[in-house]
Amino acid sequence: MSDTFQLDGKSVPFEAGQTVMQAALAAGHYIPHLCYHPEFKPHGSCKLCTVKVNGRTMASCTMPAEANLSVESDIDELNDLRRTLVQMLFAEGNHFCPSCEKSGNCVLQALGYDLEVHTAGFRHMFPERPLDFTHPDILLDFNRCILCELCVHASAEVDGKHIFAFSGRGIDKHLIINSTSGQLKDTDMALTDKAMQVCPVGVILKKRVGFSVPIGQRRYDKSPISAQALVDAPRTGAVHE
Amino acid sequence: MTILAQSNDENLSQILARYDHNPANLLQILREVQESQSFIEADSINYLSQQLGISRADIEGVAGFYSFLHLQPQGEYRVLFSDNITDRMLGSQLLMEQMCQQLWLQPGKVSEDGLVSINTTSCTGMCDQGPAMLANGRAITRLSHQRVQEIGQLIRNRTPVADWPADFFQVEDQIHRSGPLLDNQLTAGDVLRQGLLLGSKAIVDVIKESGLRGRGGAGFSTGLKWEACRNAQGDARTVVCNADEGEPGTFKDRVLLTRQADLVFEGMTLCALAVGAQQGFLYLRGEYRYLLEPLQDVLQRRRERNLLGNNILNQPGFNFDIAIHLGAGAYICGEESALIESLEGKRGVPRNRPPFPVTHGYLQQPTALDNVETFCSAALAIQLGDENFRAIGTEKSSGSKLISVSGDCPRPGIYEYPFGVSVKQVLQDCGAVNTRAVQISGPSGMCIAENEFHRKLGFEDLPTAGAFMIFDDSRDMFGVALNFVHFFAHESCGFCTPCRVGTSMLKQTMDKIAAGHGTRHDLNEIEHLDQVLQISSHCGLGRTACNPVLHTLKHFRPAYENRLKSLDFEPAFDLDGALARARQMTGRDDAGAHLKSEGI
Repeated sequence: MSDTFQLDGKSVPFEAGQTVMQAALAAGHYIPHLCYHPEFKPHGSCKLCTVKVNGRTMASCTMPAEANLSVESDIDELNDLRRTLVQMLFAEGNHFCPSCEKSGNCVLQALGYDLEVHTAGFRHMFPERPLDFTHPDILLDFNRCILCELCVHASAEVDGKHIFAFSGRGIDKHLIINSTSGQLKDTDMALTDKAMQVCPVGVILKKRVGFSVPIGQRRYDKSPISAQALVDAPRTGAVHE
Repeated sequence: MTILAQSNDENLSQILARYDHNPANLLQILREVQESQSFIEADSINYLSQQLGISRADIEGVAGFYSFLHLQPQGEYRVLFSDNITDRMLGSQLLMEQMCQQLWLQPGKVSEDGLVSINTTSCTGMCDQGPAMLANGRAITRLSHQRVQEIGQLIRNRTPVADWPADFFQVEDQIHRSGPLLDNQLTAGDVLRQGLLLGSKAIVDVIKESGLRGRGGAGFSTGLKWEACRNAQGDARTVVCNADEGEPGTFKDRVLLTRQADLVFEGMTLCALAVGAQQGFLYLRGEYRYLLEPLQDVLQRRRERNLLGNNILNQPGFNFDIAIHLGAGAYICGEESALIESLEGKRGVPRNRPPFPVTHGYLQQPTALDNVETFCSAALAIQLGDENFRAIGTEKSSGSKLISVSGDCPRPGIYEYPFGVSVKQVLQDCGAVNTRAVQISGPSGMCIAENEFHRKLGFEDLPTAGAFMIFDDSRDMFGVALNFVHFFAHESCGFCTPCRVGTSMLKQTMDKIAAGHGTRHDLNEIEHLDQVLQISSHCGLGRTACNPVLHTLKHFRPAYENRLKSLDFEPAFDLDGALARARQMTGRDDAGAHLKSEGI
């Protein structure tokens, strides 16, 4: 028999080594999240999955599950926080959903709908972030980058290529490419890379594909992310170290 | 290969050899490259990448994290004005303007001849003898109109910084009140001999019994920390001394490292004996680069006296040595897990905890990490015995504490008190009059007003890492908060959403109020941002980044409200301001080149 903890009053079983997020998803309970990806070691940067444990707030994706914890997630205070964090991410970058190829498949947009983010909330920062269109098959639109780090890990840990890294600090933190020119064409990035598949937003795109699936019939058009995340969640699964 | 490229590779290979080609020393390698080249060229990064087996993007990422490492050409002379509020109060902004005019350049830019670049930097720890600057990394104090003019001349004449007048680089200790730490007449090795007699477990017990708590601010029991590290599973233990004294307004570790370096190293070696560590690091903030050689001399002397190295004091198997790592301009590295990342040559991003450094620290091995003053106090606790140590200070804050006093008072400098001294007493001792507010423990600490001056420094009441900045009734407390908010935005590591975006938004909103476009809506937004930062930030930086605003709003709300327009909402966009660039380009500044009303 495995141990359990309480999530919003419901009993959640867990195995040793699982985080609160992993156990919750495996048991069919949704905690909103953005930078967490079931196949990668969680690092807890987006803070959308913040929960309250015995009155203290912490990221559920990195918090080890322990027996008899009392975890609160679906409460007004935390949903307000999540809405604000989504607004902050929208304000930080340049997100123009109607013209974005990722619209309907975008995790940030889907969270915006699901958490009922109805307004911009903050003044947008309109940063200048030039595109990288140098690669024959792949386009990078940094305007949409939310610094989730998934491409960095996918490229390093699965593809063994180390194509992406972060430079800068604070609001100037940004993705960089592993080549002297700083351009993607001078790397060995390929369409078959895992790094092609993990971007939750529309930064890493396959060229010459435009709206082949019409808007309205895309992933999160069919079911909201809160339902979709549970379908995608592995009941057991290997995590890339 | 050109001769130039060849000599560059030679230079790099020498640096690499000094650091054993060890990727964990990447930050130290980059720092030396920066010192020898004024900026880190793409070719250098490629070479290092090849030699160290780290991707070039990862190297660039590390270089891009630290303020003192540059990936773009900088001036031959790099001048950084310390931008703490105390420097500003002493007129640093005017002095910087003066120097920019003298040398014909704009802040943040390199002069057209590539000779010089001028910018600001976070507090350099010279608040009691400011305004201060760093010239090619060397600390200069007591800037005045005349001194700045002389420096401008020296730069114009291309005089190497090493040949500038020695009194520019004079850093005074300015000790106005001393106690058992500063008066300590330790004979190097005495505490270690006592420690060896006690045995390692008994050392931990004495430290625990002494009630010593970490002097970096958080106040965790030092004895418990050492015990946990001692009991942790691991192959190689490490002792780390946090000398990354970055909290604006704090400079007591600088004085301890200058006056009592032996006491610091004695404390570290004692800790090594207690926890069973063989390797030690002193992580010294880059701003204190000038202390590197003197400290290395002290280490060398200790090696010669058999107080470091193998079989210390002829005790078989007691092997321990200390290396000094320098920071490179990142406040966040004062956070213990970020410091360890930085020691490992990475970007200084705080780790997820648990696990804590005592079990998984440097290279994932058990690590005892303490502040400079904590190690000194630990040595003192062994020297005096736990009972005598506990007799100093208060029940929950034993021992004495160094306070760094700066701001509006005639006698700024270092004051050592037993814990429990009142704010009022410190103000009286340093001669402060008409005091409006005191910022305790720096921007991340507390701002208190006159009605709280009876409060006492100590973990029971006002915990402090040592900063004590005084503001008299001529000071605008909104301006103080504004300076601190800019500091946090500049120093956020950028890892988590709330701190990366929130500190930047807080800065924008405060700037909007400062520019006279603020409204009640903006005060509400500030309170909203404060809340988000407090509950969801990854580390202490984000959680405390809103403190300066929260505390000044609480005590000095009129300082904010006087600046507000009486509207409910006012856009930040300033139509007339947007035309400034056009005016600059056309060289016009007459009435016709301005819109009649401000804002929209």
